[in-house]
Amino acid sequence: MALPQRKTDVGPPHYKQFLPPVIQKNYGKWKYHEVITPGSMVHVAESGDKLWTVRCASPRILSTDTIREIADVADKYCGGYVRFTTRNNVEFLVSEEKQLEPLMKELKSKKYTIGGIGPRITNVVHTQGWVHCHGACTDASGLVKSMMDELYDYFTTKELPNKVRLAVACCVNMCGAVHCSDIAVVAVHTKVPVINHDTFKNMCELPTVIGSCPTRAISPDPAKKSIKINEEKCMYCGNCFTVCPPIDIKNPERDGVAIVVGGKINSLRSNPKFSKLVIPYISNEPPRWPKVVAAIKHIVEVYAKNARKHERIGEWIERIGWEKFFKLTGIDFTFQCIDDFTFMRDTMRTASTFKW
Amino acid sequence: MAGKKYNTPLIDDLEKGPWPSFVTEMKKAAKNNEMANDALGHLEKCYSTKRGYWKHGGIVGVLGYGGGVIGRYSEIGDEFPGVAHFHTVRINQPSGFFYNSKALREICDIWDKYGSGLTNVHGSTGDLVLLGTKTEALEPIFAEYSSRGWDLGGSGSALRTPSCCVGPGRCEWSNYDTLDLTYALTQEFQDELHRPTFSYKFKIKSSGCACDCVAALARADLSIIGTWKGDIKIDQAEVKNYAKKMDINAEVVNMCPTQCMSYDGKELKINNAECNRCMHCITRMTKALRPSGERGATLCMGSKAPIVVGSLLSWVIVPFIKLEPPYTELKELIRKIWDWWDENGKPRERIGEVIEIKGMRSFLEAIGVPPQPQQIKEPRKDPFMFYTDADIEGFKAKEAEEKKTGKYKF
Repeated sequence: MALPQRKTDVGPPHYKQFLPPVIQKNYGKWKYHEVITPGSMVHVAESGDKLWTVRCASPRILSTDTIREIADVADKYCGGYVRFTTRNNVEFLVSEEKQLEPLMKELKSKKYTIGGIGPRITNVVHTQGWVHCHGACTDASGLVKSMMDELYDYFTTKELPNKVRLAVACCVNMCGAVHCSDIAVVAVHTKVPVINHDTFKNMCELPTVIGSCPTRAISPDPAKKSIKINEEKCMYCGNCFTVCPPIDIKNPERDGVAIVVGGKINSLRSNPKFSKLVIPYISNEPPRWPKVVAAIKHIVEVYAKNARKHERIGEWIERIGWEKFFKLTGIDFTFQCIDDFTFMRDTMRTASTFKW
Repeated sequence: MAGKKYNTPLIDDLEKGPWPSFVTEMKKAAKNNEMANDALGHLEKCYSTKRGYWKHGGIVGVLGYGGGVIGRYSEIGDEFPGVAHFHTVRINQPSGFFYNSKALREICDIWDKYGSGLTNVHGSTGDLVLLGTKTEALEPIFAEYSSRGWDLGGSGSALRTPSCCVGPGRCEWSNYDTLDLTYALTQEFQDELHRPTFSYKFKIKSSGCACDCVAALARADLSIIGTWKGDIKIDQAEVKNYAKKMDINAEVVNMCPTQCMSYDGKELKINNAECNRCMHCITRMTKALRPSGERGATLCMGSKAPIVVGSLLSWVIVPFIKLEPPYTELKELIRKIWDWWDENGKPRERIGEVIEIKGMRSFLEAIGVPPQPQQIKEPRKDPFMFYTDADIEGFKAKEAEEKKTGKYKF
């Protein structure tokens, strides 16, 4: 069959055709919303019209079969209207209240995970990992699945002092806003890369490779028509590998993950903040990464026990002090926790007012 | 389909447990699709050896575009021929990730015909990601989607697919129309999106308020954060209702970062001149508190992930801008920003890094924005600064004026 005529630069379809009539009518005229259950909420317009939303987790990787199933459910209860969130949840948009219970019932019978609204753990922002990325030093999807199996109740029912945003990045490139999460797992290399000098000269551009290094560890090696890496300066970021495939940084026995905590995106109460390193290294242990899962669960539980209502993890830690965080969690404080890259000046303690 | 049946004990374990399983999704796709089937075997191998096997992206794409397709090849394509090529296609999502069932089925039907049947809904950038297809399928995929009104997203050193929060579609807090602005900017900058000509990637993300549901401030080169200029209006009757179910002083008043609120058990008061519009009180008492007055956004710039020289959060460039169609002021500003970046950025330098290197002055002068205290947390603490002759002439002129009037103007 002949292909249809291609078009360029048409841009995305206009969103308006995908808005349910109740949204079209009340666009920009919403008055308030209320969370009904951990997975449902209602938005009320100035006109008095209401829109119910039911939120379900997705594993981010979806088969077309599942997307069609979502479309079928949307047809049955939502006039066909559905949306997704930035954190990979599915949101069924219900215009008639009488459809709400039957929808929830069908979703439950189909084993959908309903929840993620309010002061809980919602879906985990994550990257491609071994499923589809060349730079991955771990598998993001497997880590997320393992973490969320363990933290499941915090998505579906249990409350926390505030939202806890989790994220997984399978390398330090950190696709997605991993670096400002309440708790994030970031996969790291830990060993200086090995250079294949034979293929270097054909595949790589010398100035680009030298320029790619944030610590200036790379210098030319004219005799080999290649480069040298200064082992004392290399921090294994892998940026040289990104621009030059013959620089091999993958190392199954040394690649692992670090855990960073205390970041946030929004400006509520306190300004947005980066997540900070607390656990520098845990070995890759597929398929379940038990130590990573245990560490995250432990941090969540210590936070739940000690934080005040509405405090995010980072706000709680700033109130009690980082020294107290390490004490309460029992996490070892290591050299890696002290910045020796770009932020040292900003992160040293310049007062004697700390806690024992 | 008669494909090789892989033994996958490690990833099979990830089908257990209550959280939705990506392995189950991969298996669903693998039932009818050789590529997805080989992707399963390929992933099991990664799990058993604790390393990935994907090679760098090669240059693949569709005619006339320099982006939208991420080339992906396996190092072990002989062992897993279905994923020897396994390219990603980015489909530009509709604003706010809204769909109807017809659109979703249309996306699936085309994808099943040409690809692995695996997707990310959505990828980190915001695009609907089609995961895994062969080089020869790219043109047919593009013809099928584009003829039905779908287009590719951005990749490489280009404008990346703009994305936004749900905005006025379903949120009472949105201070401008994030959905419309995102659509308008995406349409305006189609050329910049599809044909990479920048030093590096450029992301635009739009959030309707400081809750920043799209994480613009942390990951967009241009972060557009909705805000307002008027007072927070208080419905005291609703305040009374909230008082029945929450401790307003503990949960709202005492958590206000500017301490501009008070509540005596009867009436809630806000000293609006001191409010910094953080949104905490409004999110806690949404029925009782609403912004009023002029609406618009704060434009922040520069955020990025750690590569190359450390993460950045966006910082304030334009404290307030009105955002109404056709958004001429913003569009012109964006073009000026890109011109300056083009002049000053080296390859793989994000704009935030270039502003750091060249200084805010160079950047602000180029885009015609004056220096304002809203742009900084605190002024510089070192005395190493540049003076132009014109600066000094300006200071001297002011002093001459003061001598005439007898009144100092600092």
